[in-house]
Amino acid sequence: MAGTPMVKAEAVHKNFGRLEVLRGIDLEVAPREVMCMIGPSGSGKSTFLRCINHLEKIDAGRLSVDGELVGYRQQGDKLYELRDAEVCRKRSEIGMVFQRFNLFPHMTALENVIEAPLRVKRESRAVAVDQGRRLLERVGLAEKVNAYPNQLSGGQQQRVAIARALAMQPKLMLFDEPTSALDPELVGEVLDVMRGLAEDGMTMVVVTHEMGFAREVGDSLVFMDGGVVVEEGKPKAVLTNPQHERTRTFLSSVL
Amino acid sequence: MADAVAQRPEAIKAVPVRHPGRWVAAVVVLAIAAAIVYTIAAAIQSDLTSFGSGWAAVGHYVFHRLILQGIVVTLELTVLAMVIGIILGVILAVMRISPNPVVSSVSWFYVWFFRGTPVLVQIFFWFNLNLILPHIGIGIPFTSIWWQVSTNTLITPFMAATLGLGLNEAAYMAEIVRAGIISVEHGQTEAAQALGMDRLLVMQRIVLPQAMRVIIPPTGNETISMLKTSSLAFAASVTELFTRQQQIATATYAVLELLIVASIWYLVMTSILTVGQYYLERRFGRGTQRGLPMTPFQRFRRMLVTFHAPPPATQEAPVVLPSEHR
Repeated sequence: MAGTPMVKAEAVHKNFGRLEVLRGIDLEVAPREVMCMIGPSGSGKSTFLRCINHLEKIDAGRLSVDGELVGYRQQGDKLYELRDAEVCRKRSEIGMVFQRFNLFPHMTALENVIEAPLRVKRESRAVAVDQGRRLLERVGLAEKVNAYPNQLSGGQQQRVAIARALAMQPKLMLFDEPTSALDPELVGEVLDVMRGLAEDGMTMVVVTHEMGFAREVGDSLVFMDGGVVVEEGKPKAVLTNPQHERTRTFLSSVL
Repeated sequence: MADAVAQRPEAIKAVPVRHPGRWVAAVVVLAIAAAIVYTIAAAIQSDLTSFGSGWAAVGHYVFHRLILQGIVVTLELTVLAMVIGIILGVILAVMRISPNPVVSSVSWFYVWFFRGTPVLVQIFFWFNLNLILPHIGIGIPFTSIWWQVSTNTLITPFMAATLGLGLNEAAYMAEIVRAGIISVEHGQTEAAQALGMDRLLVMQRIVLPQAMRVIIPPTGNETISMLKTSSLAFAASVTELFTRQQQIATATYAVLELLIVASIWYLVMTSILTVGQYYLERRFGRGTQRGLPMTPFQRFRRMLVTFHAPPPATQEAPVVLPSEHR
């Protein structure tokens, strides 16, 4: 089991029309690993994250999650596109947290959390509600169960979003700049929840600008620019002693 | 900081700006309205009918059995046509944004055709279908399983009008629903997809409920419009309100009186619908607004008190409503 990486990317390419966003990404994320991705905007890190759960289709290379190709099935040397139902099933095993939270505004916090377990996993209401309450408690929102998203602060909304993703019991969590839309004073509460997840052994890929979080919580750090991985290594090593000029200029501008 | 709170100055009490123009305008408008109403009322009063004055005829026919029956038919037509329109409209809208090119073309063609021809023509078409197609049947090819019925039995005048109005409405509703679907932020779809929800589930649970906020106001308009457009069923000899008043008017020569009777009822019904629409909008505004918008009654009361224009209704989503002021 130790041999199968949770995420494995080999020469992943992605273009939007003529614009090449990913130009050959090679990465591996081991189970229980927390990988942080940093880089200037437009460097392709969010796109790469979205490729992992097939919100974007890759154009070349191979990308697999837990040993299975994303979006395709390989038989012999032929690739077959997966049917919608299979794509959905695979997505349901991967949690994703968005920069803009994307909570469902017409549902309460609890309804947001139990929606997918009820409709996708077809769990019984009692089980889903019970789990939903526990998850909201875990992210520190036990008393906000019946609040609508617009009655919550940004930090609270993002914590509900994390609980919503966890409700599907994912084997991998993707975070797309989870604190970038938050007021500075609210960033900490979200990072605390993420830190807790990492301590519990969740495999996480985190696109972030929070260097402190990357240094303390991350097992590895990837610096991307121009659609390629420029530098990769232990967070401390990359942050304190970057090997590439591009990494150095980026870090000096953000730190 | 505590000091600053303690030293809060007294609340501002200023003399509000006076608006003499509003009072002048109100008087002028009332005078013009009174003149128009009086002229028409007097004319009808002096019109001689078999009941005496014109108003006596209006009073006699306003609750006449035939008129009341006509109202029932009008309501049936409106409800059925809107039900067909809304259900088919939602299906067409979802078809239109489908990735399947065949499905989306069918929807496009439907809207092009049914929106592009007059409702009256469509009602006539269904009404006269028996001229070219005396029987309608369906069956399974290469078998003897075959079911058929005479067109006149299947498509009664009422059915012709319902089909004409409903199928035409579906084309408009499709565009309204599509606008609603487009108005929902794409991040909602992505978040739902990321949870493993399929296209249908995303549409049904996430997108459509949020689209309702945009869909309901124009649908209310369409319903009100349908209530009046249903008078075109006259063309298919359906005995709804307009046809009934026309029949009575032809028999009694009280033409304007019966138009007034019909107008009174159309106004009563559209007024009820307007109020209903308001409460529906409030219901579907949940979670998207800070507070519920005022009910029409509350708005009216406020307008009387302040003599200010009422605040905009729910159309422009999150407005901070005056009712929230302490």
